[in-house]
Amino acid sequence: MLALLAQQVPDFVRPDIDWHAAAPELTLLAFGALVTLMDIVWLEKGRKVTAIVASIGLLATMVPIVTLAVDGADRAMFDGAFVVDDYALIMKAVFVLAGYVVILLSTNYIAEGDYWENEYYGLLLSSILGMILMASARDLITIFVALELLSIPAYMLATWRKRDLKSNEAGMKYYLMGVFASSIMLYGMSLLYGGSGSTLLTDINESVSGPGDPSAVVVLGIIFVIVGFAFKVSAVPFHTWAPDTYEGAPTPVTAFLSVASKAAGFVALMNMLFVGFFGRDDVYEPVIWILAALSMTVGNLIALRQTNMVRMLAYSGVAQAGYMLAPLAVASDVPDSALAATVGYLVIYAAMNLGAFAVVIAVARKTRTAEIDDYRGLFQWAPGLTVAMTVFLFALAGIPPLGGWWAKFRIMGAVIEANTTAGVVMGIFVAVNSVIALYYYARVGVKMWAEPAPEGDTAPVRIPVSIASALVLTAGATIAFGVLPGLVGEVTKVSLLAGVGG
Amino acid sequence: MTDFLNDWGLTAITFVPLAGALVMMLIPRDKEGTHKQISLGASLLALALGVVLLFDFDYGSAGTLQYVTDEKWIEVINSRYILGLDGMSLPLIALTVLVMPLVFIYSLNHIPEPGNGKAFLILMLILETGMIGTFVAQDLILFFVFFEVVLLPMFFMIAVWGGPNRRYASLKFFLFTLFGSAVMLLGFLALFFLSKDATTGELLRTFDMRVLTDAAGAGIVRSSQLLIFGAMFLGFGIKVPLFPFHTWLPDAHTEAPTQGSVILAAILLKLGTYGFIRIAIPMLPEAAEAWAPWIGLVAVIGIIYGALGCLAQTDMKRLIAFSSVAHMGFVMLGIATLTDFGINAAIFGMVAHGLITGMLFFVAGSVKERYHTLEIGRLGGMLVQAPHLGWILGFITMASLGLPGLAGFWGEFPAILATYQPANGLPEETFRTFMVIAAVGTVLAAGYLLWLLQRTAMGEPSEEFADDPNITDVTRIEWIAWTPLLALILVFGVAPGLIFEITDPAVIESLNNCLQLPAGCEGVAEATQAAFGG
Repeated sequence: MLALLAQQVPDFVRPDIDWHAAAPELTLLAFGALVTLMDIVWLEKGRKVTAIVASIGLLATMVPIVTLAVDGADRAMFDGAFVVDDYALIMKAVFVLAGYVVILLSTNYIAEGDYWENEYYGLLLSSILGMILMASARDLITIFVALELLSIPAYMLATWRKRDLKSNEAGMKYYLMGVFASSIMLYGMSLLYGGSGSTLLTDINESVSGPGDPSAVVVLGIIFVIVGFAFKVSAVPFHTWAPDTYEGAPTPVTAFLSVASKAAGFVALMNMLFVGFFGRDDVYEPVIWILAALSMTVGNLIALRQTNMVRMLAYSGVAQAGYMLAPLAVASDVPDSALAATVGYLVIYAAMNLGAFAVVIAVARKTRTAEIDDYRGLFQWAPGLTVAMTVFLFALAGIPPLGGWWAKFRIMGAVIEANTTAGVVMGIFVAVNSVIALYYYARVGVKMWAEPAPEGDTAPVRIPVSIASALVLTAGATIAFGVLPGLVGEVTKVSLLAGVGG
Repeated sequence: MTDFLNDWGLTAITFVPLAGALVMMLIPRDKEGTHKQISLGASLLALALGVVLLFDFDYGSAGTLQYVTDEKWIEVINSRYILGLDGMSLPLIALTVLVMPLVFIYSLNHIPEPGNGKAFLILMLILETGMIGTFVAQDLILFFVFFEVVLLPMFFMIAVWGGPNRRYASLKFFLFTLFGSAVMLLGFLALFFLSKDATTGELLRTFDMRVLTDAAGAGIVRSSQLLIFGAMFLGFGIKVPLFPFHTWLPDAHTEAPTQGSVILAAILLKLGTYGFIRIAIPMLPEAAEAWAPWIGLVAVIGIIYGALGCLAQTDMKRLIAFSSVAHMGFVMLGIATLTDFGINAAIFGMVAHGLITGMLFFVAGSVKERYHTLEIGRLGGMLVQAPHLGWILGFITMASLGLPGLAGFWGEFPAILATYQPANGLPEETFRTFMVIAAVGTVLAAGYLLWLLQRTAMGEPSEEFADDPNITDVTRIEWIAWTPLLALILVFGVAPGLIFEITDPAVIESLNNCLQLPAGCEGVAEATQAAFGG
């Protein structure tokens, strides 16, 4: 049998492997395997160290990312299915650092909740592995494998509070929606493959673009793929899973889903749009435009009525996805600006949103809930957390000099630069939505600062070191990005177009 | 010394208050005395720097930017850290650095409920940095950032230390101004992407306000110019506030603590009018000409509407707030004429309004402190119970209604006069109609202010307060905080040339680029000097 197989592929040549380019993935894989092995061998005795090993693993993964960035050369493997360029490296760094902050947020939460710890970190690392793989994927199969690798652990993490029905609901909903989205996307991919005869995005671009109207197969393929990723980034109308999943999942996992998982969806979407469909802007731009306008408007309007902090942040995340989609709707007119705007937004969003969830976790250590009313009078018993939350919320609202203003500014810059009616109208959408969003962020601000604590309870809360350091990291980044936006501006001067045709 | 001023002067004056705030963050909350000293010290340091700049400023070339700092900031969008000072911004910076220490002096024994002086004072210092920065920034993005930095501190000042309806008022203030500035930012971006060099026709791709002023909208099609100006009109107009965007102002003023009201009236409102004369008009003169009659229209509506609003108020603070709407209407009317004369009048009006209305809010705060109410119907006989306070109120109402010899006159009268002869190309009949309406507005102003004075200061004290021991005359701290303002109201009233001489060259400079001045209106400084023999 084996001999027969070997005969059929007689001249198989192992493709060249650039070990340096693959080093981040391999490092993370090794540490993920190590955590899992420790669990198998040491069982419960491993609990004390798995979190530490996992965080060391993430920091170790940063090393090859940095050396690759210093080296600076663009690398491609497997005929261009796996590419390491500046864009991929920045996104890998975002995933790894966001993962590190999530571990900081998780340690106490998971240990004190008496949940399985070893598996938790193993799954977390494997999900992050999927994400950093996604950043380099320029091939339908690679993208799909990366997507499943990052999603399946996330489904399980969402149900981690297994004794709580809400958590079960969260995981179940996330799983069903996710699988549904994957299948739609896979169908779209199969159409694209059928039309072009190749899984490489560059080949697909050649086959779908060109003068003349697109064929129905191409249109359906592109739309199905976009819809699939729209689920992942929780864009309206494919956002319905997000609030329930966010509310039910353990809060550190929610932070992970809302930042890293969303960013992974965007990375995949950008890979598809800029490398795979770039010549077919007449198909994808209207779709993205509608998704963006709907997401920001609907997300913000529903967020106005929320009484639970996590649900509010979920809808705010939906709206933020809308902002990030906005420049992609004018991608063909100003490709570099649009890409830089969305990548820059992802970077800043990661800092401010993780920070906001860090505060939610810290506050919940005392209140045990995430109701917005429990934030009343927060200033009286946790002034530091109040200042931090103020920074994060107003950064999300885009008020200078906090990080978010730069993110929004680049978005507006890209859509105005396009100088098309669609672009200008999108700019007005962003402007008006910023105002709507301010209302619910500022309302929380008023509650924290100006209202008395419920039942006059002003006992202080103890904040563990890990959460405190997560807060310092995220708040520092949020403020630094706002005052010296050049930091983000320089690193996000990236381009994906180099791959086109090559 | 001169080297230091040239390289670091403006950066220092902008960030000294912020540095004070950072120091205060490290000191525990219960040492409130130390916090008061540091905040006062930081603002006095800014004042000292301001005085040095006032003396060092080259008045011979007030039309050109001085102390220019030009460093790289955000290279990726070609936005730079550019600061500069000319005759247009100098009076406003002087106003800012003067008013802020007075507010801190007043705060020495007036920390509003619910206390926590540390946070309150820190917010005011951040506010000061934002305001000074707005007046010196010469890069649109830098301007925008400073313009927005003032939002958060003011929001929290109203939301935490404000009156009973503070939550509504603070959110309204925040939402209105943010809406304006979000749209304004779109306008800035469009200017960035569309502006071309006037001679070579190349795309400029810069936020440098000096370059954009020189380009004066060259290469942008008229319809885009009109839209961009409209976006800025919304941003600056809401801040001013122009009718019909003024509704946030009475609420914010009424609910804000005394210090907040003073800062809001004295300085914050000027950010909007300053934006018009520094950015919107010089950068898009063609659109400014098209928009000018409409600006004039909303300005006179504001004058009349504000005055009528005043007549309907029963709360002293709310009345003063509506009078701000009317007075800023005069300022905007002066700007709408697009003449040298009108814009000089507008700048004078800004300074005068800052001094006078700031002072009015100080008095209102002290009345509230003594009577625990601002209900005009319940007050009365202040001249009997607290004679100095009553006389001060009398003095500033006279100044506010535009009595010649006090500062208010020089803001209103030249603005009305300028409307008689607007810039070339603007419809004379329309503006002369505006002039008549504005003149009616001054009569109404006299009406509501005298009415206010009569009902609060004159007559016998009402029974309710007749024997109230809380009602004392002006305290020492109040005298220290108020005397400079009262003195300046008088000084500028007698010698308006002090301001006109500084502003005139800068206004001519910025208008020369774009508009032809009508004959007979140049050289306000000489004209006023001739009139007053100064």
